Amino acid sequence: MEQIDTPRPTAPAAGIGELLGRAFYAAFGAVMNTLDLVMTPIQRAIGVRNMAYLFVLPNLLIFAVFVLAPMLLNFYYAMTGGTALFPQDRPFVGMANFGTLFDCGNFLDPNTCREDRFWRAVYNTAIFVIFQVGVMVLVSLITALVLNRKIKARGFFRSVYFYPVLLSPVVVALIWKWILQRDGVLNAAALAMGFERIPFMLNANWTTIWVIAISIWAQMGFYTLILLAGLQAIPREMYEASAIDGAGNWHSFRFVTLPLLMPTMFVVLVLSLIRAVQIFDHIFVLTAGGPGTATLYLVQYIYNTGFSNQVQRFGLASAASVVLGVTLLIFTLIQLRLSRSSDST
Amino acid sequence: MKQKSWLLFTLLLIGALLTTMCAPAPAPAAEPAAPAEEAAPAEEAAAEEAAPAEEAAPAGDVVELRMAWYTDGNEDIVMRDLLDRFEAENPDIKVVLDTVAYQSILENLPIQLAAGEGPDMARVTDLGGLARYYLDLRPYLSDAAYWEENFGPFLSWLRVPGNTDAIHGFMTQLTVTGPFINRTLFEQAGVPVPSDTSDQVTWEEWAEATRQVAEATGTPFAMAMDRSGHRFAGAAISMGAQIFDEEGYPAIAGDEAFRHAAEMLLQWHEDGTMIPDVWISSGGSYAAANEQFINAQVVMYVSGSWQIGQFNEKIGDAFDWSAVPNPCGPGGCTGVPGGAALVAIADTEHPEEVARVMEYLSSEEILAEFSARTLFIPGHLGLAETGVDFDTDVPSAKAALDVFAAQVPQLSPIAYQFQGYTYNRAIMNATTDRLGQALVGELTLDETMTRIQEDIDAAIAEATQ
Repeated sequence: MEQIDTPRPTAPAAGIGELLGRAFYAAFGAVMNTLDLVMTPIQRAIGVRNMAYLFVLPNLLIFAVFVLAPMLLNFYYAMTGGTALFPQDRPFVGMANFGTLFDCGNFLDPNTCREDRFWRAVYNTAIFVIFQVGVMVLVSLITALVLNRKIKARGFFRSVYFYPVLLSPVVVALIWKWILQRDGVLNAAALAMGFERIPFMLNANWTTIWVIAISIWAQMGFYTLILLAGLQAIPREMYEASAIDGAGNWHSFRFVTLPLLMPTMFVVLVLSLIRAVQIFDHIFVLTAGGPGTATLYLVQYIYNTGFSNQVQRFGLASAASVVLGVTLLIFTLIQLRLSRSSDST
Repeated sequence: MKQKSWLLFTLLLIGALLTTMCAPAPAPAAEPAAPAEEAAPAEEAAAEEAAPAEEAAPAGDVVELRMAWYTDGNEDIVMRDLLDRFEAENPDIKVVLDTVAYQSILENLPIQLAAGEGPDMARVTDLGGLARYYLDLRPYLSDAAYWEENFGPFLSWLRVPGNTDAIHGFMTQLTVTGPFINRTLFEQAGVPVPSDTSDQVTWEEWAEATRQVAEATGTPFAMAMDRSGHRFAGAAISMGAQIFDEEGYPAIAGDEAFRHAAEMLLQWHEDGTMIPDVWISSGGSYAAANEQFINAQVVMYVSGSWQIGQFNEKIGDAFDWSAVPNPCGPGGCTGVPGGAALVAIADTEHPEEVARVMEYLSSEEILAEFSARTLFIPGHLGLAETGVDFDTDVPSAKAALDVFAAQVPQLSPIAYQFQGYTYNRAIMNATTDRLGQALVGELTLDETMTRIQEDIDAAIAEATQ
């Protein structure tokens, strides 16, 4: 590695800004020179190409500590039983926990399954993912298209749509709870207008619809922003060329915007899908999984099984989280595959 | 070259993992405090004022203890006040009171204890379920006989099965489940309160009377019951539920009286007698209906004696409220006893100091003050005999305390067995979860009974593995 020299002053009279600059460069040079004392022998020992691994080491350590080690530990927990917390105190049970999860008379009827709540959570999560992701991507796309046009107060609207993303999920859930509960704002307004009270939080269908709607409201700003960036990256010349060829608005959208936006759409789809499968915080505060198990999703099932009951079934909870992880991995691989084939065409 | 790179990468990864695994465990929660003046200037100032002779004690000798606490009413304020006085008399000990949500005591504390990262003392309600984490205070107590004499019947609730002499803590209060009524609504409706003229009012009679009151006064709902397996157990036992088989193992599936109580709960939700917000719209294991009662949304509220302090404070003179005797059924007129205990935790690094705090707080004089100011029934036999001069001018509160105290002799032996059973929360959780599903039609009543039993069996099998 080369020595970094402190830059020499070019003018005799130095202002305060220049003095600060010189001080900064002096300090920077000193630090780099000191590092060089350590790095040069290492580089000699392992070669220039392998130095890259040394530089990724700090990040790798963080990944190993907070992701890889817990993941491996989780696999082990999934194959143990009992209620002891430490792995060495837990009896090995092999695939028994997976056996419990998949012990079903008919997989389409959770009541025939030994761990019926797991399968209810699976189906609830599937419904949530399909509707939440589908509607949210569509609404985000429409919103991004509108916000990409030259409308009045465009900056204001962009902020308004992004604002819910800044709110804590707990705050979002509590606000909506006050709006939707039996004596909430919405029912008070309905009564004042002469309508009947609607049991939003007592009826499984209503609760599911609201949970999806609230989740879309809280997250769509983030995806709108990503799509907006994607839209702005499309060269104007493409639209001008399509206009010369006689394309109208729809054709321009269908044959210019949509294909060029597809890579961004895939990113949005992958991110929103993963986030939808992991849904927990909003729902835990808003409904705690109720009524019954109508809004019990996979992550809450794992939490309830592992932590909320008196007898904490860490093994079963870990097995369920392995199933969740594998499902997410499959989704991601499929989408990456689709994304690549879309890029190649 | 490529192979060499991969080898290096793998080595780095393994190194990273080893570093993770071999990292030293975090320091225990309860460590000797740094200099006292840094730790808590306000409390230390009070201590110095009260005990100037101890001023010269080296700052490093101050032991900091942590107490996990939850509060239903004003217990946190009263406890802090008592601890301040203790610290003034014992400047070498500082007690940090960590007031957390009750849910944290139920869900987070067990994990902390299992990990050996818990507090030095904790206020718990899962008395037997956490027994394996408790410290046996006996070797550290100056007068163990005092504890046996005054807390004798309750000490066994805190022990692991088979242990007959450990002393782990003391009951901060005894509780009894039971109903409250909004007496003003009864007066406005012109409906006589059934328990004013009869000692044995059935569940059905109460339901009918409260429905009449709700209808006459335009109150949204006649009844509410906490979403709690503990509260439901009281109703079920009064209906004749046995809960346990002859060997003391939970036997719910074939218990016809338990099934009848479940059917009654479903029926009352279906016909609008019971407020649906508590059992239906609340998922999870526990939800209280105290706010609905305080806001006069229900005529009758089945909860327990721990609500008295809160009602005394929040209802004030907005309306007249009363505690009434537990409704009756073929199994008697019973609720379920319970309560909270302050226990010492085995992982503490300062057992002697913990014992000193526990001895102070369990002394008759201090416990009398705690009970008087929090309006809790004391779990101390000496105080039960001499009585507590409860600190309230509200007649409803005083009368309610008398009603609950009078319930104690009427409690069924099954209710005591239920309270003392190590895995009673497994029964409670299964009950609320599965009844919640039955209420929205996910399960039939037969399936509900079967699923409750299966959940309990699975939990006990896991716990005893």
